[in-house]
Order: sequence, then C-alpha cells, then structure tokens
Amino acid sequence: MSDASFILDDSAPRVPTAAPGDYLALLKPRVMSLVVFTALAGLLLAPTPPHPVLAFASLLAIAVGAGASGALNMWFDADIDALMTRTRLRPIPAGRLAREEALAFGLVLAVMAVFTLGLVANWLAAALLAFTIFFYVVVYTMWLKRSTPMNIVIGGAAGALPPVVGFAAATGSVDLSSIVLFSIIFIWTPPHFWALALVKRDEYGRAGVPMLPNVAGEDRTRLEILAYSLALAPIGVAPYLLGFASPIYGVASILLGAALILGAVQVFRLRSGEAARRAAMRLFFFSIVYLFLLFMALVIERLVHLSPWFA
Amino acid sequence: MERRRNERPTEPEGYVLTPEQEKSRRARNIAIGVAVALFVALFYFVTIVKLGGNVVPRSQ
Repeated sequence: MSDASFILDDSAPRVPTAAPGDYLALLKPRVMSLVVFTALAGLLLAPTPPHPVLAFASLLAIAVGAGASGALNMWFDADIDALMTRTRLRPIPAGRLAREEALAFGLVLAVMAVFTLGLVANWLAAALLAFTIFFYVVVYTMWLKRSTPMNIVIGGAAGALPPVVGFAAATGSVDLSSIVLFSIIFIWTPPHFWALALVKRDEYGRAGVPMLPNVAGEDRTRLEILAYSLALAPIGVAPYLLGFASPIYGVASILLGAALILGAVQVFRLRSGEAARRAAMRLFFFSIVYLFLLFMALVIERLVHLSPWFA
Repeated sequence: MERRRNERPTEPEGYVLTPEQEKSRRARNIAIGVAVALFVALFYFVTIVKLGGNVVPRSQ
C-alpha cells in the first residue's frame, strides 16, 4: 500500500474492544492453576524452601510464563479453535481480540516471566521456564500438534516441567525427586487427553488435528490408554518408594492408581454406545482428580513437615 | 456572526471512539495500571527480602 492510499483510506481504524477478562482468558487460567500447583510441589521438595516472598514471586513468574504459553498457543491455533465447540468461544475465534494482540501479549509476558524468575530465583530456573514456553509453543503447538498422533505424548513434556522449574527455583539444581514428579505428569498426559479425544473424535477430525483415535482408531487408543495407566500407577507411588513422601502418600497413591487402572479397564472394555462415552469422560475427569490428589498429598505433607517455615 | 477561515472547528478531529470502545479502553488502562503497580510492589518486596540485613552495613 502506498502512502497516498494509506492517507486516503477512510475506513475506521481497528480499535480493540477487548475487556481485561479477555486477556485473562488468553492465559488459560485453569491450566495456569494446575501449573502453579505442580510447581509448588516441586518447590516444596527442596531441602530448604526459599523465603515465602521469593517462593510467591517465583510461582507467580512460573504462572505468568505458563499463561504466556497459553496466549501464544491461542494466537497460533485460532483457526482450529474456531472449529471446535470446546474452544470456539475463546477470545480470538469469538472476535473479541485480534491474533496479533494475543501474539504481542504472549511474547511480552513470556519475556517478563523468564527475566523475573531469573532475577528473583536463579537463571537455571529461568532457562528451564524459557525452554518450557519454547517447547509448548514451538515444538508442540507449531510442529507436533498438527503433524503426528504422538503430539500430546511428546508435547506433554511441556506440561510436566513446572515441578522441575519449581524445584530449580528453590535449589538452583535438578534432582531425582523433581524428575519423578516430571515423570508422573508426563505419563499422565496421554491417557488424560486420549480419553477426551475418544469423545471429541469428530471435532478433532474436523479441525484436522491428528489425535490417536482419528489416526490409529479407537481400539488402539483404548489399548494405549490402558498401557499408559498401568505404567502411571507405579510411577505415582515412586515418591513414597524413593523416600520423599510418607506412607500416607504411599497408601493414597496405591488406591488412586488402582482406581485409575479400573477406569482405564472400563474404557478398554466398553467400546460402543453411551456407556463407552461415559466411561471415557469418567476417566478424563478422574485423571484430573488423580493428579490433583497426588500433588495435594505431597504439598500438604511437605507443608506440615516444614511448618516452622511459616512460623 | 460569520466564522473566520483560520478558526479551529469545535468538533473533535479524527476518529471518535464509540462509548463501548471508550469503556473497554478505560478498563484496559486500569488493568494495566494495577498490574504495573503490583509488579513494582513485587520487586520492592523481593529486593527487601534479598537484601535483608545488608542494607544497614552498606550505608555505614
């Protein structure tokens, strides 16, 4: 466009009408809350957790980093978000925000989050947070999501890293306990999302996202869900077996793991009709409860153990 | 009385925001203001915690 045509263009400028709540929605607050929670568990595993103010600032930076990933994901995926009922009311497909606004918002928050964590905690934690954002946005969103049914298997690493970032923020290092928490979330991610994908198969198909049920079929997906659940249950007990969680956690993780396997067996056995759909949705929701309760148990017993920290 | 040629028009020039656009802009500005204030407060408290008791010896 020449300067003259730009000046003569009498169309109204695009003035955003987005409310602050729309920008908040870009951060995926529910995902953020899970990230904060798992990062808190990692942070509390440190032999000497940081001062509460520094712990709060570190968690805030990790949360904002996760939110920035969400905003950048919504920037890139606006086209497919518009095609799925679950996502079509997000700010960009709903027309309340322009894509470039989400891009600018996400980039600014990502840079601020990484540098804040570096200054508040240490640069290893900041580097891990930067890697997490990069992995989620570039490796998962831009590359894997639309190209392979293994998208959430590999991409799950991004969602699994917050406890490692939290531990690194507290200690300046990475050790076995934080790797175990990473492993729990990493192995938890595929059965969790595949249970949803079984129910939302048509939507993912319409959007062109190659989820496992669309590519390999539902039977194969049910088998994979069962296999991952069988792998997850013992990993869920590992914090107790490795000595950084109490026997109460051990018992809770065994019971929760058994319930998870039971849910996965139901999904494997019930293959058609409303019963199959309900079994998949039950497993999807129970998997959230499973992860929440495991980390809740870890957080509570660490808080009790470290109670003088709050005195 | 006839208006002189070089007198400024009383109507606002350029694009005039609609009430909805004005309202949303105001809400965004308030949100940015609050976020910046909280960010400053965060760094203030982090600095105090990191410096701890070292503030006094350095000033002596």
